[in-house]
Amino acid sequence: MDFASSSSPHLSGPQSITRVMGLVLLALIPGTLALLWYFGWGVLINLTIAIATALLAEAAVLRLRGRAVGAALIDLSAVVTAWLLALALPPLLPWWQTVLGSAFAIVVVKQLFGGIGHNPFNPAMAGYVLLLVSFPVTMTRWLPPEVVSGQALSLADSLHIIFAGMPPPGQSWDAISSATPLDQMRSELSQNHMISEIRQSPLWGDFGGRGWEWVGNWFLLGGLFLVWRRVISWRIPASMLGALLLIAGLFWAIDPETHPFPAFHIFSGGAILGAFFVATDPVSACTTPRGQLIYGALIGMMVFVIRTWGGYPDAVAFSVLLLNMAAPTIDYYTQPRIFGKRGRDDAS
Amino acid sequence: MAEPRTIGSFHGGLHLDDHKALSTGRPIETAPLPPRLILPLQQHIGQPAEPLVQLGDTVRKGQMIARAVDYVSAPLHAPTSGRVIEIGPRPIPHPSGLSDTCIVIEPDGLDTWDALPEPISDHIHADPADLRERIRWAGIVGLGGAVFPTAVKVNTSGRHPIDTLVINAAECEPYISCDDLLMREHAADLLDGIAIIRHLVGAGECLIGIEDNKPEAAEALRRAIADRDDSPGEVVVVPTRYPSGGEKQLIQLLTGREVPSQDLPAAIGVLCQNVATAVAVADAVLRGRPMIERIVTVTGQGVQRPGNFRVALGTPAAFLVEQAGGYREPVGQLVHGGPMMGFGLHTDQVSVTKATNCLLAASPAEAPAPAAERPCIRCGACADVCPALLLPQQLYWNARAHDFDKVQDYHLFDCIECGCCAYVCPAHIPLVHYYRFAKTEIWAQERDRQRSDLARRRHEARLARLERLEQERKARLRQKKEALEKKTGDGKADPKKAAIEAAMQRVAAKKAALQAQSGNPGSE
Repeated sequence: MDFASSSSPHLSGPQSITRVMGLVLLALIPGTLALLWYFGWGVLINLTIAIATALLAEAAVLRLRGRAVGAALIDLSAVVTAWLLALALPPLLPWWQTVLGSAFAIVVVKQLFGGIGHNPFNPAMAGYVLLLVSFPVTMTRWLPPEVVSGQALSLADSLHIIFAGMPPPGQSWDAISSATPLDQMRSELSQNHMISEIRQSPLWGDFGGRGWEWVGNWFLLGGLFLVWRRVISWRIPASMLGALLLIAGLFWAIDPETHPFPAFHIFSGGAILGAFFVATDPVSACTTPRGQLIYGALIGMMVFVIRTWGGYPDAVAFSVLLLNMAAPTIDYYTQPRIFGKRGRDDAS
Repeated sequence: MAEPRTIGSFHGGLHLDDHKALSTGRPIETAPLPPRLILPLQQHIGQPAEPLVQLGDTVRKGQMIARAVDYVSAPLHAPTSGRVIEIGPRPIPHPSGLSDTCIVIEPDGLDTWDALPEPISDHIHADPADLRERIRWAGIVGLGGAVFPTAVKVNTSGRHPIDTLVINAAECEPYISCDDLLMREHAADLLDGIAIIRHLVGAGECLIGIEDNKPEAAEALRRAIADRDDSPGEVVVVPTRYPSGGEKQLIQLLTGREVPSQDLPAAIGVLCQNVATAVAVADAVLRGRPMIERIVTVTGQGVQRPGNFRVALGTPAAFLVEQAGGYREPVGQLVHGGPMMGFGLHTDQVSVTKATNCLLAASPAEAPAPAAERPCIRCGACADVCPALLLPQQLYWNARAHDFDKVQDYHLFDCIECGCCAYVCPAHIPLVHYYRFAKTEIWAQERDRQRSDLARRRHEARLARLERLEQERKARLRQKKEALEKKTGDGKADPKKAAIEAAMQRVAAKKAALQAQSGNPGSE
């Protein structure tokens, strides 16, 4: 009797890319629901637009490249990219900007570099940065959390704003929008206000902005789930948040009136989302254990540096992209000690 | 055994379903002799054996039918009495599916033994060289699957002295249970073998490493040790984690010592032997019996009656599967060895060799066809499980890019091909396949380089020789010339030259005389 034969091992584990990406999406759900809760329908509309665009763009490019479309779409990586991008966008961003960011992320940053596994940069963050530098006004026009504003935009109003690009009749941008806590902190500090004064504002909660801090907590929960399921390693989130905490703590200890307390940095902006879901993107991050620690720590420091002295209120996207460039080099110089190296040293 | 030994650990590894219960339900059965025994000349690492018999010869059980032709080689013995009916190429169990020279014996059914050498019963006082010679004669090779000639492995003279003998009873690959059953049923023989090997290499200590999923075997060993008064070894139970049975991994578990990269355990004073090898050593030394049979696990959802069989070497796989009740369809693959490191056989017409510890007839569900390969997402799951602490991902990228220098920078040759990385890969990349490809390419390049180096050296030698001959010829010519010149220079008259000169003078004189004569009338 004859048999087909294949190369060993003949067993394979349950893991697949679809499963990995699916777990990431699952872990994003609590934070996403929190975002939805605090910032309204715009979040959901952004998600829908971004994901639809990403899938269409991915399918179109794969067709052009003559690759199997189904196998690639089913890996859910495009959905993860679009989802992360959408979470970073202001809830009332004009629809075409979301489309542009999502398509850019998939077509240029991912597929033009060779598709999944080959992109040197994190596609979601590259898409976000493209929008941020191209459309600074709309990209910084955030909503106040509903716990702060006390009012919720209806689905119809949200759709109107997103698709018409202007507030509904009878309302003005000033009434609807608000700066993010990081923005607020930055502009107030630049006017030489003391932290203790700034924190009097009703915008502030225990650690960061009201509402915002809770979104951070839910993303943290999802992130810990990923660490527990070993989808991501603890190294990058721990070193990134640790470094951010450390450097922010250092400056805060020196001058607590001009530097926000460390937890503010962690629970504001994209720090937690970035630490667990963005910086850990395996394709563009470091892969060696020591390399991951260095990579995460450098991102955390970069976030602080840009937030404090740079031109933008938040810095996760920039920091991640900058360190993406350094990842291969860090990997090369942080190769683990192989088995038998110690024995070799002992023997000689 | 005053206090429990601390068990070390190794990096990575996997918890796998062991599926051993499939084949451990029944004691070892002795398989009947097949109508034909097909014995490849190469059943070991090293030079193939050289046939000592000819077509039509009758052979007796235990008779050497092929001899070792090199130091690293092993002889082959007839597993039963019968007639040599063919010496020629037959399919052999090899990943390539290629054929190689085999001796085919038709058993006569009498099973008549050849004259066997005397048992060396007082092995504790025997000369190690005699023991080694016996092991070499018996054709014993590492039966854990590596089939390296044991006589070579136990010859540790001139190297680091061996202080610890490690007996590999881990049997970490799923499905395989031949060592388990062997220990349950032949613990005393194993201990005899251990005592012999310990004496042979002078090891002060012996540790028997066994995974905790084989409590019966461990208990059998402990009882057998208690029955003796020479305490040949200590049973050390290690957690079940693949690949704890890797030589270097087991040594680290038991001794905490790390075998140097690309070196042998002997470098740190350890010798490692598989249990079946130790039993074969006892057979050869105490009973004078050569290696002509082995225990084989026949298992998987693809056979009717999985179990362990005592099988004459050369028994065709198909015949052995029949002894296990035949196939149970559907059978996806017939794997030689375990599911993690074994290779798929192309046909069941190949025979059991010294390397065959397991035949796994796997249903398509047990050993699924490889899933479609997707691009690497660099997740690093492979590095997390790599027991050699390599970066499998970087090895993959460089092997894929045919960058064979870089792939060696990433320590390709420290890879033990355990398959953990490929098992966990979410992109279903056959990583081990890439590493084997890179290794064979590098070996091929190395051979080519050696060959071209040889050719270049020969060419250069030829040019040098031609040059030298030319120089010599010139030198000889010069010498002759000089010798010639010397003679004339002496003025001591070469008679020939003098004669010629004299002749020329005579001619000149004659000419002058003639001219003088003819000129006269004109002037008149």
